[in-house]
Amino acid sequence: MTALWRHPQFRAGLRDVAMVAPGLSAWGVMTGVAIVKSGMGTVAVLLMSTIVFAGSSQLAALPLIVSGAPIWVILATAFCVNLRFVVFSLHLRAYVMHQPLWRRLLSGYVMADLGYVLVTRRFPEPPTDPAGIAALEAYWAGNGLAGWGSWTAATLVGVALGNQVPLSWGLGFAGILALLGITASLISTRLRVVSALVAASAAVVAIALPLKLNILTAIVAAVVVCLLIEKTRPGRIGRAHPR
Amino acid sequence: MSDDFWAIVTILGMTAATVVTRSFFFLSEKPWTLPGWATRGLQYAPVAALAAVIAPEIVMTGGHLTDTWRDARLYAALAGLLWFHRRRGVLGTIVIGMAVYLPLHVGLGW
Repeated sequence: MTALWRHPQFRAGLRDVAMVAPGLSAWGVMTGVAIVKSGMGTVAVLLMSTIVFAGSSQLAALPLIVSGAPIWVILATAFCVNLRFVVFSLHLRAYVMHQPLWRRLLSGYVMADLGYVLVTRRFPEPPTDPAGIAALEAYWAGNGLAGWGSWTAATLVGVALGNQVPLSWGLGFAGILALLGITASLISTRLRVVSALVAASAAVVAIALPLKLNILTAIVAAVVVCLLIEKTRPGRIGRAHPR
Repeated sequence: MSDDFWAIVTILGMTAATVVTRSFFFLSEKPWTLPGWATRGLQYAPVAALAAVIAPEIVMTGGHLTDTWRDARLYAALAGLLWFHRRRGVLGTIVIGMAVYLPLHVGLGW
Protein backbone atom coordinates (compact mmCIF):
# COMPACT_ATOMS: atom_id res chain seq x y z
CA MET A 1 0.00 0.00 0.00
CA THR A 2 2.84 2.44 0.73
CA ALA A 3 3.78 2.29 -2.94
CA LEU A 4 0.48 4.06 -3.60
CA TRP A 5 1.50 7.25 -1.81
CA ARG A 6 4.97 7.32 -3.39
CA HIS A 7 3.80 6.93 -6.97
CA PRO A 8 3.86 10.23 -8.93
CA GLN A 9 0.27 9.58 -10.07
CA PHE A 10 -0.87 9.84 -6.43
CA ARG A 11 0.15 13.50 -6.41
CA ALA A 12 -1.37 13.97 -9.85
CA GLY A 13 -4.67 12.68 -8.42
CA LEU A 14 -4.46 15.09 -5.49
CA ARG A 15 -3.56 17.98 -7.78
CA ASP A 16 -6.37 17.44 -10.29
CA VAL A 17 -8.92 17.55 -7.47
CA ALA A 18 -7.21 20.55 -5.85
CA MET A 19 -7.75 22.53 -9.07
CA VAL A 20 -11.52 22.41 -8.57
CA ALA A 21 -11.64 22.08 -4.77
CA PRO A 22 -12.36 25.80 -4.13
CA GLY A 23 -15.64 25.64 -6.02
CA LEU A 24 -16.72 22.27 -4.68
CA SER A 25 -15.73 23.31 -1.16
CA ALA A 26 -18.04 26.32 -1.32
CA TRP A 27 -20.78 23.85 -2.25
CA GLY A 28 -19.73 21.56 0.62
CA VAL A 29 -19.87 24.47 3.08
CA MET A 30 -23.43 25.24 2.02
CA THR A 31 -24.33 21.55 2.39
CA GLY A 32 -22.90 21.63 5.92
CA VAL A 33 -24.97 24.71 6.73
CA ALA A 34 -28.09 22.93 5.45
CA ILE A 35 -27.27 19.81 7.52
CA VAL A 36 -26.85 21.72 10.78
CA LYS A 37 -29.98 23.79 10.12
CA SER A 38 -31.99 20.55 9.84
CA GLY A 39 -31.91 20.34 13.63
CA MET A 40 -30.67 16.73 13.89
CA GLY A 41 -28.65 15.68 16.95
CA THR A 42 -24.88 16.17 17.11
CA VAL A 43 -23.93 12.57 16.33
CA ALA A 44 -26.31 12.44 13.36
CA VAL A 45 -25.02 15.77 12.04
CA LEU A 46 -21.40 14.62 12.24
CA LEU A 47 -22.12 11.24 10.63
CA MET A 48 -24.14 12.89 7.84
CA SER A 49 -21.22 15.27 7.21
CA THR A 50 -18.47 12.67 7.17
CA ILE A 51 -19.59 9.26 5.90
CA VAL A 52 -22.43 9.68 3.39
CA PHE A 53 -20.20 11.50 0.86
CA ALA A 54 -22.90 12.17 -1.75
CA GLY A 55 -23.92 15.82 -1.87
CA SER A 56 -27.07 15.50 -3.95
CA SER A 57 -28.49 12.60 -1.93
CA GLN A 58 -27.61 14.40 1.32
CA LEU A 59 -29.51 17.50 0.22
CA ALA A 60 -32.43 15.43 -1.07
CA ALA A 61 -32.70 13.43 2.18
CA LEU A 62 -32.55 16.34 4.65
CA PRO A 63 -36.11 17.61 4.23
CA LEU A 64 -37.37 14.01 4.39
CA ILE A 65 -35.50 13.30 7.62
CA VAL A 66 -36.76 16.56 9.14
CA SER A 67 -40.36 15.78 8.18
CA GLY A 68 -40.08 12.30 9.72
CA ALA A 69 -40.54 10.36 6.47
CA PRO A 70 -40.30 6.54 6.75
CA ILE A 71 -36.75 5.26 6.49
CA TRP A 72 -37.42 3.22 3.34
CA VAL A 73 -38.66 6.34 1.54
CA ILE A 74 -35.47 8.18 2.45
CA LEU A 75 -33.23 5.29 1.39
CA ALA A 76 -35.15 4.80 -1.88
CA THR A 77 -34.72 8.51 -2.55
CA ALA A 78 -30.98 8.36 -1.83
CA PHE A 79 -30.65 5.31 -4.08
CA CYS A 80 -32.50 6.94 -6.99
CA VAL A 81 -30.62 10.23 -6.68
CA ASN A 82 -27.45 8.11 -6.84
CA LEU A 83 -28.55 6.09 -9.87
CA ARG A 84 -26.09 7.86 -12.17
CA PHE A 85 -23.31 6.23 -10.16
CA VAL A 86 -24.60 2.83 -11.32
CA VAL A 87 -23.85 3.96 -14.88
CA PHE A 88 -20.39 5.12 -13.78
CA SER A 89 -19.71 1.73 -12.15
CA LEU A 90 -20.59 -0.01 -15.40
CA HIS A 91 -17.96 2.12 -17.13
CA LEU A 92 -15.35 1.66 -14.39
CA ARG A 93 -15.84 -2.11 -13.96
CA ALA A 94 -12.93 -2.98 -16.22
CA TYR A 95 -10.70 -0.68 -14.16
CA VAL A 96 -11.18 -2.44 -10.81
CA MET A 97 -12.06 -6.11 -11.34
CA HIS A 98 -8.49 -7.23 -10.61
CA GLN A 99 -8.96 -5.99 -7.01
CA PRO A 100 -10.44 -8.00 -4.10
CA LEU A 101 -14.05 -7.22 -3.18
CA TRP A 102 -13.32 -4.99 -0.15
CA ARG A 103 -10.98 -2.91 -2.27
CA ARG A 104 -13.54 -2.60 -5.06
CA LEU A 105 -16.13 -1.39 -2.56
CA LEU A 106 -13.68 1.20 -1.24
CA SER A 107 -12.77 2.21 -4.80
CA GLY A 108 -16.45 2.68 -5.55
CA TYR A 109 -17.17 4.58 -2.34
CA VAL A 110 -14.70 7.37 -3.11
CA MET A 111 -15.77 7.69 -6.77
CA ALA A 112 -18.17 10.64 -6.85
CA ASP A 113 -18.95 12.64 -10.02
CA LEU A 114 -15.66 14.51 -10.01
CA GLY A 115 -13.53 11.42 -9.41
CA TYR A 116 -15.24 9.49 -12.19
CA VAL A 117 -14.76 12.30 -14.67
CA LEU A 118 -11.10 12.84 -13.76
CA VAL A 119 -10.17 9.13 -13.74
CA THR A 120 -11.76 8.48 -17.15
CA ARG A 121 -10.13 11.66 -18.50
CA ARG A 122 -6.64 10.58 -17.40
CA PHE A 123 -7.18 6.88 -18.23
CA PRO A 124 -9.49 6.76 -21.28
CA GLU A 125 -8.86 2.99 -21.53
CA PRO A 126 -8.44 0.67 -18.52
CA PRO A 127 -4.72 -0.17 -18.23
CA THR A 128 -3.80 -3.86 -18.49
CA ASP A 129 -0.04 -3.90 -17.81
CA PRO A 130 1.32 -3.84 -14.21
CA ALA A 131 2.86 -0.37 -14.56
CA GLY A 132 -0.38 1.03 -15.93
CA ILE A 133 -2.42 -0.57 -13.15
CA ALA A 134 -0.03 0.82 -10.51
CA ALA A 135 -0.43 4.30 -12.04
CA LEU A 136 -4.23 3.96 -12.13
CA GLU A 137 -4.46 2.81 -8.51
CA ALA A 138 -2.15 5.58 -7.29
CA TYR A 139 -4.12 8.20 -9.23
CA TRP A 140 -7.42 6.78 -7.96
CA ALA A 141 -6.16 6.86 -4.35
CA GLY A 142 -4.94 10.46 -4.58
CA ASN A 143 -8.12 11.50 -6.32
CA GLY A 144 -10.39 9.73 -3.82
CA LEU A 145 -8.51 10.99 -0.77
CA ALA A 146 -8.55 14.59 -2.01
CA GLY A 147 -12.18 14.34 -3.10
CA TRP A 148 -13.46 12.83 0.16
CA GLY A 149 -11.16 14.95 2.32
CA SER A 150 -12.00 18.30 0.76
CA TRP A 151 -15.74 17.59 0.66
CA THR A 152 -15.81 16.41 4.29
CA ALA A 153 -13.64 19.27 5.55
CA ALA A 154 -15.80 21.83 3.73
CA THR A 155 -19.01 20.27 5.04
CA LEU A 156 -17.67 20.37 8.61
CA VAL A 157 -16.73 24.04 8.13
CA GLY A 158 -20.35 24.64 7.09
CA VAL A 159 -21.59 22.76 10.17
CA ALA A 160 -19.35 24.90 12.40
CA LEU A 161 -20.36 28.19 10.74
CA GLY A 162 -24.03 27.24 10.85
CA ASN A 163 -26.19 30.32 10.87
CA GLN A 164 -23.33 32.75 10.25
CA VAL A 165 -23.38 32.06 6.49
CA PRO A 166 -26.49 33.55 4.89
CA LEU A 167 -27.88 31.09 2.36
CA SER A 168 -29.01 34.13 0.34
CA TRP A 169 -25.44 34.81 -0.84
CA GLY A 170 -25.68 31.74 -3.00
CA LEU A 171 -22.07 30.68 -2.40
CA GLY A 172 -23.06 27.16 -3.42
CA PHE A 173 -23.11 28.38 -7.01
CA ALA A 174 -19.31 28.06 -6.96
CA GLY A 175 -19.85 24.29 -7.00
CA ILE A 176 -21.89 24.58 -10.19
CA LEU A 177 -19.13 26.70 -11.74
CA ALA A 178 -16.57 24.05 -10.78
CA LEU A 179 -18.66 21.37 -12.51
CA LEU A 180 -19.14 23.70 -15.49
CA GLY A 181 -15.36 24.03 -15.86
CA ILE A 182 -14.91 20.25 -15.71
CA THR A 183 -17.68 19.76 -18.27
CA ALA A 184 -15.91 22.19 -20.60
CA SER A 185 -12.63 20.33 -20.09
CA LEU A 186 -14.31 17.08 -21.22
CA ILE A 187 -15.57 18.51 -24.50
CA SER A 188 -12.82 17.27 -26.78
CA THR A 189 -14.91 16.19 -29.79
CA ARG A 190 -17.97 17.48 -31.64
CA LEU A 191 -20.04 14.53 -30.51
CA ARG A 192 -19.27 15.39 -26.91
CA VAL A 193 -20.67 18.87 -27.57
CA VAL A 194 -23.81 17.11 -28.83
CA SER A 195 -23.82 14.91 -25.73
CA ALA A 196 -23.61 17.92 -23.40
CA LEU A 197 -26.32 19.87 -25.25
CA VAL A 198 -28.73 16.93 -25.47
CA ALA A 199 -28.23 16.07 -21.79
CA ALA A 200 -28.61 19.70 -20.68
CA SER A 201 -31.85 20.12 -22.67
CA ALA A 202 -33.27 16.77 -21.55
CA ALA A 203 -32.48 17.47 -17.89
CA VAL A 204 -34.34 20.79 -18.13
CA VAL A 205 -37.32 19.35 -20.03
CA ALA A 206 -37.63 16.36 -17.68
CA ILE A 207 -37.17 18.38 -14.48
CA ALA A 208 -40.64 17.43 -13.22
CA LEU A 209 -39.64 13.77 -12.84
CA PRO A 210 -39.37 12.78 -9.18
CA LEU A 211 -36.14 11.78 -7.39
CA LYS A 212 -33.89 13.63 -9.84
CA LEU A 213 -34.59 10.95 -12.43
CA ASN A 214 -34.27 13.75 -15.02
CA ILE A 215 -30.50 13.30 -14.74
CA LEU A 216 -30.58 9.60 -15.57
CA THR A 217 -33.04 10.28 -18.41
CA ALA A 218 -30.69 12.93 -19.77
CA ILE A 219 -27.64 10.64 -19.69
CA VAL A 220 -29.51 7.90 -21.56
CA ALA A 221 -30.88 10.36 -24.12
CA ALA A 222 -27.46 11.88 -24.79
CA VAL A 223 -25.73 8.51 -25.16
CA VAL A 224 -28.44 7.18 -27.50
CA VAL A 225 -28.37 10.31 -29.68
CA CYS A 226 -24.57 10.20 -29.96
CA LEU A 227 -24.58 6.49 -30.85
CA LEU A 228 -27.22 7.10 -33.52
CA ILE A 229 -25.18 9.94 -35.02
CA GLU A 230 -22.06 7.75 -34.94
CA LYS A 231 -23.98 5.06 -36.78
CA THR A 232 -25.37 7.31 -39.51
CA ARG A 233 -22.08 9.11 -40.10
CA PRO A 234 -19.43 6.40 -39.67
CA GLY A 235 -15.86 7.60 -39.84
CA ARG A 236 -16.72 11.26 -40.19
CA ILE A 237 -16.78 12.06 -36.53
CA GLY A 238 -16.01 8.59 -35.33
CA ARG A 239 -14.63 7.72 -31.94
CA ALA A 240 -13.52 10.44 -29.65
CA HIS A 241 -9.83 10.80 -29.01
CA PRO A 242 -9.70 11.87 -25.38
CA ARG A 243 -6.56 13.52 -24.16
CA MET B 1 -32.97 10.40 21.68
CA SER B 2 -35.02 7.87 19.72
CA ASP B 3 -35.35 10.47 16.93
CA ASP B 4 -31.59 10.70 16.82
CA PHE B 5 -31.28 6.91 16.79
CA TRP B 6 -33.46 6.66 13.68
CA ALA B 7 -31.59 9.52 12.05
CA ILE B 8 -28.34 7.62 12.61
CA VAL B 9 -29.79 4.38 11.20
CA THR B 10 -31.01 6.37 8.18
CA ILE B 11 -27.57 7.91 7.67
CA LEU B 12 -25.86 4.51 7.85
CA GLY B 13 -28.37 3.27 5.26
CA MET B 14 -27.60 6.28 3.03
CA THR B 15 -23.90 5.49 3.27
CA ALA B 16 -24.68 1.95 2.17
CA ALA B 17 -26.66 3.43 -0.75
CA THR B 18 -23.57 5.45 -1.72
CA VAL B 19 -21.34 2.36 -1.66
CA VAL B 20 -23.82 0.06 -3.43
CA THR B 21 -24.66 2.46 -6.27
CA ARG B 22 -21.02 3.44 -6.87
CA SER B 23 -19.87 -0.20 -6.79
CA PHE B 24 -22.96 -1.67 -8.41
CA PHE B 25 -21.26 -3.38 -11.33
CA PHE B 26 -18.15 -4.19 -9.27
CA LEU B 27 -20.04 -6.62 -7.03
CA SER B 28 -20.30 -9.72 -9.24
CA GLU B 29 -17.10 -11.43 -10.32
CA LYS B 30 -18.72 -13.33 -13.15
CA PRO B 31 -16.67 -12.56 -16.25
CA TRP B 32 -18.50 -10.69 -18.96
CA THR B 33 -17.61 -7.91 -21.30
CA LEU B 34 -19.69 -5.03 -22.52
CA PRO B 35 -20.87 -5.11 -26.11
CA GLY B 36 -18.92 -2.72 -28.33
CA TRP B 37 -21.76 -0.24 -28.77
CA ALA B 38 -22.10 0.10 -25.00
CA THR B 39 -18.39 0.74 -24.57
CA ARG B 40 -18.55 3.42 -27.26
CA GLY B 41 -21.69 4.90 -25.75
CA LEU B 42 -20.23 5.15 -22.27
CA GLN B 43 -17.58 7.62 -23.38
CA TYR B 44 -20.41 10.14 -23.83
CA ALA B 45 -21.80 9.49 -20.33
CA PRO B 46 -19.47 11.62 -18.15
CA VAL B 47 -20.04 14.85 -20.04
CA ALA B 48 -23.77 14.10 -20.25
CA ALA B 49 -24.03 13.46 -16.50
CA LEU B 50 -22.32 16.71 -15.62
CA ALA B 51 -24.29 18.76 -18.16
CA ALA B 52 -27.52 17.26 -16.79
CA VAL B 53 -26.59 18.14 -13.21
CA ILE B 54 -25.62 21.75 -13.90
CA ALA B 55 -28.00 22.92 -16.66
CA PRO B 56 -31.12 23.14 -14.43
CA GLU B 57 -29.07 24.91 -11.75
CA ILE B 58 -28.15 27.63 -14.24
CA VAL B 59 -31.29 28.23 -16.32
CA MET B 60 -34.16 27.20 -14.00
CA THR B 61 -35.85 28.81 -11.00
CA GLY B 62 -38.34 26.92 -8.84
CA GLY B 63 -38.88 24.16 -11.40
CA HIS B 64 -39.38 26.45 -14.42
CA LEU B 65 -37.14 28.10 -16.99
CA THR B 66 -35.97 31.43 -15.60
CA ASP B 67 -38.14 34.08 -17.29
CA THR B 68 -35.90 37.09 -16.75
CA TRP B 69 -32.48 38.11 -18.01
CA ARG B 70 -31.77 39.63 -14.62
CA ASP B 71 -30.27 36.44 -13.28
CA ALA B 72 -26.68 36.49 -12.05
CA ARG B 73 -26.20 32.76 -12.80
CA LEU B 74 -26.52 33.26 -16.57
CA TYR B 75 -23.79 35.90 -16.73
CA ALA B 76 -21.54 34.04 -14.28
CA ALA B 77 -21.78 30.82 -16.32
CA LEU B 78 -21.14 32.74 -19.55
CA ALA B 79 -18.12 34.51 -18.08
CA GLY B 80 -16.78 31.21 -16.73
CA LEU B 81 -17.19 29.52 -20.12
CA LEU B 82 -15.48 32.41 -21.94
CA TRP B 83 -12.58 32.20 -19.52
CA PHE B 84 -12.31 28.46 -20.05
CA HIS B 85 -12.42 28.89 -23.83
CA ARG B 86 -9.44 31.25 -23.74
CA ARG B 87 -7.36 29.90 -20.85
CA ARG B 88 -8.46 26.29 -20.19
CA GLY B 89 -8.40 26.52 -16.41
CA VAL B 90 -11.11 25.14 -14.10
CA LEU B 91 -9.96 27.26 -11.15
CA GLY B 92 -10.12 30.40 -13.30
CA THR B 93 -13.61 29.42 -14.42
CA ILE B 94 -14.74 29.34 -10.77
CA VAL B 95 -12.98 32.58 -9.80
CA ILE B 96 -14.13 34.61 -12.82
CA GLY B 97 -17.64 33.17 -12.55
CA MET B 98 -17.96 34.09 -8.88
CA ALA B 99 -16.44 37.54 -9.56
CA VAL B 100 -19.37 38.13 -11.92
CA TYR B 101 -21.95 36.30 -9.79
CA LEU B 102 -21.47 37.84 -6.34
CA PRO B 103 -21.76 41.57 -7.30
CA LEU B 104 -24.83 40.88 -9.44
CA HIS B 105 -26.48 38.51 -6.93
CA VAL B 106 -25.62 40.11 -3.58
CA GLY B 107 -25.30 43.70 -4.88
CA LEU B 108 -28.17 43.98 -7.36
CA GLY B 109 -30.25 41.08 -6.13
CA TRP B 110 -30.29 39.37 -9.56
